[in-house]
Amino acid sequence: MELAIYILALPLLSFLILGLVGKNLSHKVAGILGTLSLMVCTVIAYSVAVTYFGAGRSEDGLFPTLMPYNYTWLPLGGNLSIDMGVLIDPISVMMLVVITTVSLMVHIYSLGYMKGEKGFQRYYAFLSLFTFSMLGLVVATNIFQMYVFWELVGVSSYLLIGFYYTKPAAIAASKKAFIVTRFADLFFLIGILIYGYYTQDFSFTINESILLSASAVLPLALGLMFVGGAGKSAMFPLHIWLPDAMEGPTPVSALIHAATMVVAGVYLVARMFPLFVGYAPETLSMIAYVGAFTALYAAVVACVQTDIKRVLAFSTISQIAFMMVALGVCTSTDPHKGGLGYMASMFHLFTHAMFKGLLFLGAGAIIHAVHSNEKEHMGGLRKYMPITHITFLVACLAIAGIPPFSGFFSKDEILTACYDYSVIMGMFMSIVAALTAFYMFRLYYLIFWGKSLYEEQLNSYNSGIIKEKPHKPHEAPICMTAPLVILATITCFAGFIPFGEFISSNGHAYEIHLRTEVAISSILFAIAGIVIATIMYKSGESKLTKAINQSCKGFIKAAYRRFYMDELWMFITKKIIFNCISRPIAWFDKKVIDGSMDMLATITQRLADFVRPMQSGNIQSYSVWFLSGTLALVLILLYLM
Amino acid sequence: MNYLEFLLMRPEISLLSIFVIIFLFDLMATGRYRRIFHGIVCLLMLAHTYICMTGSAEEITLFGGMYYNNPMLSFMKAMLTCGSILVILQANRWLRSASTYYKQGEFYILMLSTLIGMYFMLSARHFLLLFIGIELASLPLACLVAFDKYRHHSAEAGIKYILSSMFSSAVMLYGISFLYGSCGTLYFSDMATILSGSPIHIFALVMFFAGLGFKISLVPFHLWTADSYQGAPTVVTAYLSVISKGAAVFTLFIVLTKVFANMIVEWQAIIYILTIASITIANLFAIKQHDIKRFMAFSSISQAGYIMLAVINGTAHGMTAMVFYILVYIVANLAVFGVIESIEHQCTDGVKREDFNGFYRSNPRLAFLMTLALFSLAGIPPFAGFFSKFFVFMSAFDAGFMILVFIALINTVISLYYYLLIVKAMFINQNDNPIKPIKCDLFTRISLTFCLLGIVFLGICSFVYINIDKLSF
Repeated sequence: MELAIYILALPLLSFLILGLVGKNLSHKVAGILGTLSLMVCTVIAYSVAVTYFGAGRSEDGLFPTLMPYNYTWLPLGGNLSIDMGVLIDPISVMMLVVITTVSLMVHIYSLGYMKGEKGFQRYYAFLSLFTFSMLGLVVATNIFQMYVFWELVGVSSYLLIGFYYTKPAAIAASKKAFIVTRFADLFFLIGILIYGYYTQDFSFTINESILLSASAVLPLALGLMFVGGAGKSAMFPLHIWLPDAMEGPTPVSALIHAATMVVAGVYLVARMFPLFVGYAPETLSMIAYVGAFTALYAAVVACVQTDIKRVLAFSTISQIAFMMVALGVCTSTDPHKGGLGYMASMFHLFTHAMFKGLLFLGAGAIIHAVHSNEKEHMGGLRKYMPITHITFLVACLAIAGIPPFSGFFSKDEILTACYDYSVIMGMFMSIVAALTAFYMFRLYYLIFWGKSLYEEQLNSYNSGIIKEKPHKPHEAPICMTAPLVILATITCFAGFIPFGEFISSNGHAYEIHLRTEVAISSILFAIAGIVIATIMYKSGESKLTKAINQSCKGFIKAAYRRFYMDELWMFITKKIIFNCISRPIAWFDKKVIDGSMDMLATITQRLADFVRPMQSGNIQSYSVWFLSGTLALVLILLYLM
Repeated sequence: MNYLEFLLMRPEISLLSIFVIIFLFDLMATGRYRRIFHGIVCLLMLAHTYICMTGSAEEITLFGGMYYNNPMLSFMKAMLTCGSILVILQANRWLRSASTYYKQGEFYILMLSTLIGMYFMLSARHFLLLFIGIELASLPLACLVAFDKYRHHSAEAGIKYILSSMFSSAVMLYGISFLYGSCGTLYFSDMATILSGSPIHIFALVMFFAGLGFKISLVPFHLWTADSYQGAPTVVTAYLSVISKGAAVFTLFIVLTKVFANMIVEWQAIIYILTIASITIANLFAIKQHDIKRFMAFSSISQAGYIMLAVINGTAHGMTAMVFYILVYIVANLAVFGVIESIEHQCTDGVKREDFNGFYRSNPRLAFLMTLALFSLAGIPPFAGFFSKFFVFMSAFDAGFMILVFIALINTVISLYYYLLIVKAMFINQNDNPIKPIKCDLFTRISLTFCLLGIVFLGICSFVYINIDKLSF
C-alpha cells in the first residue's frame, strides 16, 4: 500500500519535468516520457488493487480502510486541521484503476492524435497535471484535501479545454467551464466549512455522537456539497459548460469530460454516502430527482445534435445523471434493502468510463480522418475505418444496454434500484435508457452508414464538377487504434466482473443477480430504441425521418438549441445580475473603494514630500532625531499612560 | 571556574575555530590556494551550520547563568549562519575584483566576528555579555560598510554608521546603567523579578530599546539606514539588512520577554508607536526613492515594522511568527540583493529603478526571480512572504492589537505599490538599451537558487512553521 504514494508522485514529476524543460525536448521524447511514467503508474495502481482486494476482508467482513500516509498540512487551531494523505478503500482503489487505465489509453492515443501539434509537450504536461490532480482527489483522506485537488482538477481542465488558445471558441469554452464549475465550487466550499465548523473535523469518518450533535446542519452542508458536485458532474442546470468543453482536443474530452473528472461529483456523493443516508435522506431524494430530470433532458437534447462530440457530451451528462439517480434512490446502506443503488452507481461509473472513453476516442479517430465534427461530413465510413467501426459499435451496444456488453449489467442494476425506489422512477429511467439507445444508434448510423461523402465527391471529381481531389478517409495509426481495441475488449467483458464482491453500500459482499422482469424489459426498451434509429437513419435520412422532423419542427429546434438553457443563463447573468447587482457594486467600487484608495495615494504622496527633510544626510540632525525620539517615548510612557 | 564549560558552547567554539582557520589561511596561503579560498570558506561555514544544528538538543546554562543555549537559540544561530553563507556566496564576484581581491580574507574575518557577536547577543543572559555581543556585532560592520574605502560613498557610509552606532551604544549603555543602579544586578533572571515599571525603569527600558532599535532600524532610530545602505558594498548592505537586523530582533524579543516581562504594557506601547511610525514613514520614503539600494533600505525599515507585530505578542506564538518571518525575509531580501549585486557593475552611478526597464527582455530568469522575491516581500500568495505576513498579523491580532493590524494592512497596500513599480519596470516599461544579459558565477547561482526555493516552498511546506513552533519557548 505504501506504493500508492508513487501513483501520485509520478504524474506530478512528469508534469514538473515536461512543464519546466519540456520546450527543450523533442515531441517524441516528451510524449514517450509522459506515457511511460503513466504506464508505471498504471502498473502500480493495478498492483495496489490486486494486493488490496487480494488481501481479503478483515474479520468484520469489510475491506479495511487504510491510510498509509496522512500528514497534518495546516493546523487551524483547536482540533481542526487540514491533512494531506492517501486513503485506500474499495471505491478509491476502483477509481485509481479507472483513472490510470483511461489516462494511459489517452496518453498512448494522443501520441498519434496530437502528432505535430504546436505545444505537444505542453499538452503532455497538462495531461500529467490532470492525472495527478484527479488521483489526488480520489485518494483524499478528508474533504478539504478533496477540495484542494478538486480545484486543481478544475484548473487542469481549464488549461486543456483552452489548449488551442488561438481559437476564440476554445478560450470562451475554457472560461465558461472554469467559471461555471467555480461558481458551483463556491457552494461546495461553504458546505465544507459548515461541515468542518460543526463537526470540528474534515475527515470522512466522524463518530456518531459528533454527527448527531451536528445533525441539524448536516442536510444543508451536504446539500451545498452536492451543488459543487453537480457543477463538476454537469447536472442540470449547471451542465451548460460540458458541451462547450468539447472545444478541447478530443482525447482530453475522453479523459476529462467523459471518464474521470465529470464523475467527481458522483464520487463525492459516494464518499459522503453514509452521511447522506444517515442524516440527509431528503437531500438524497433531491439528488435523485435532479439526476432523473437531467438524464431525460440531456437524452432528448442528444437526439438532435449534429456535432458528434456534442452528442457524446450530452450522452455523458445523461449517463452521469444515471449514476446520480442510482445514488439518490438509496434509502439505506443495506444493499438488500434499498441500498443497491450505491453499488450500481459505482459499477456504472466503472463501465461508463471505459465505453465512453472508447466512444470519444473513436470519435477522435473519425474526426482525425474527416477533419470535421459535423455529421454532414460523415457517412459510410465503415468501409474506410473498419477497426474504429467495430469498436464504436461495441461501445454503442454497451451504452444502449445490450447484453453481454458491460453497460447492460450496470444499467440493469441502476434500473433495478430505481424500481425498488418507486415504479414511476423505474419507468422513467427505462424510457431514458431507451432514448439512449436511440440517439447512440442515430449517431452510429449517421457516421458509418448512409452515403459516403467521399464517394460523392470522388464521383463529381471524376466527372469534372470539382477540381480538387477529395481527401480519402483512412484508418487511424496503430497507436490510436490499439487503445480502441483495448477499451473495446474491456467493454465486452467488464460486465462479468463480480462488482458487488468488491464494492457495496455497506461494504459486505453483495452478489449481483439480474431480476428477470427488469432485465427483459430493459433489453426490450433498448432494442426498441435501436430499431427506431435503424428505421430512421440506416440509409441516410429517410422520408419517415423528414416527416417526423417536419411534424415537430418547433420541438426539435428547441431541443437543438438545448431548450435555450444557455440563453437563459445569459439572460440571468447579463441582464439581471449584471444590471441589478454588478453595476451598483461597480459604482461603489469605483467611487467609494477606488476613491478612498486614490485618496490614500494622494495623501501618501503629499506626506512623502512632507517627511522628506527628515532624511537630510546630515549626521548631527540624525542624532537629534534619535535623541528627541527617545525622549518623546519616555514622556509618552510617563505622562500619557 | 570550570574551564570545561567552554567546550559546551558548541556554536561559538566551532565558529571561533573556523575564524582561526580562515585567519591562518589568509596569512599563509598564496597563489593558487587563494583561488579556492572562497569555496573553502563556504564549505567551512556549511560544516559549522551542521555542528550548530546538532548536538545542542538540551538546554545549557553556563558560567553562573551568563550564557544560555537551547534548541531554539541554536536554530536561530543556524539561521543567521545560513543567511551569512548566502551572502558570502553572493560576494564572490565582488571579492574577486581588483580593489578587494587582496583583502578578501579581511572580509570573512570581519563578517565572522560580527556573527560571533550575534551569537553572544542571543545567548547572553547578563547585560555586560549582551553589550559586548552587540558591540562585537556592530564595530566590524562599520569596517565592512567602509570596505570599498576608495569609493567616496562607501567611506561616508562607514563614518555615518560608526557615528550613529556609537551614539546608540552610548544611549543604550546609559539605559543599562540605570538598570544596574536600580536593581544592583546585571543578570537577566535576577533583574526580571525586581523590575516593576517605576519611572526610572521606564527610562531605562526606552534607552535600551533605542539602542536595539538602531540596529533594527526602527523609526526614529533609522536615519543612518538609507545612507549606509546606499554607500556600503551591496553584499554588506544585504548582510546589514537581514542578518544584523535579524539578530537584533531576536535579542530584543528575548530581553523584552525575559527581563522586562513585568513591564509588558510599557514595551507593548513602545512597539505600538514605533511599529506604526516605522511602517508608515518608511513606506512614504520608499515611494519616492529611485536608487534601488536606498529603496531597499526603506523597504527593510518597513519590514522591521512588520516583524515588530510578532514581537508585540510576546508569547511563544509570537516568537514562532517572528522567527518564521525573518527566515522568509532573509531569503526574499537576499534574492533581491543578489540580483542587484549581479547587475551593479553595469550601472555607473548606483542601480536606479529606471535601470530595470526592459530587464525581463534581456535577463528573463533574473527578472523572474526578482519578481517572486518582490511578491514575497509584498506578501502576495502563494509565496512565502504571504504566509509570514499572515502569521505576524495573526500574532498581533491574538494579542489584541486590532487597530495596529489594520494600519499595517493599509500599509501593505502602499508597499505593494512600490514593490510592483519595479516589477512593472522589468516587464512593461520599454527600454532601448536594457542591462545586458548577465552570466552569474556559480556561487551566486547557488545562492539565488536557494533563495528561490525558499520563496516558493517555505510557505507551502507547513512543516517548517510547525517545527519552529515546536521549538519556541
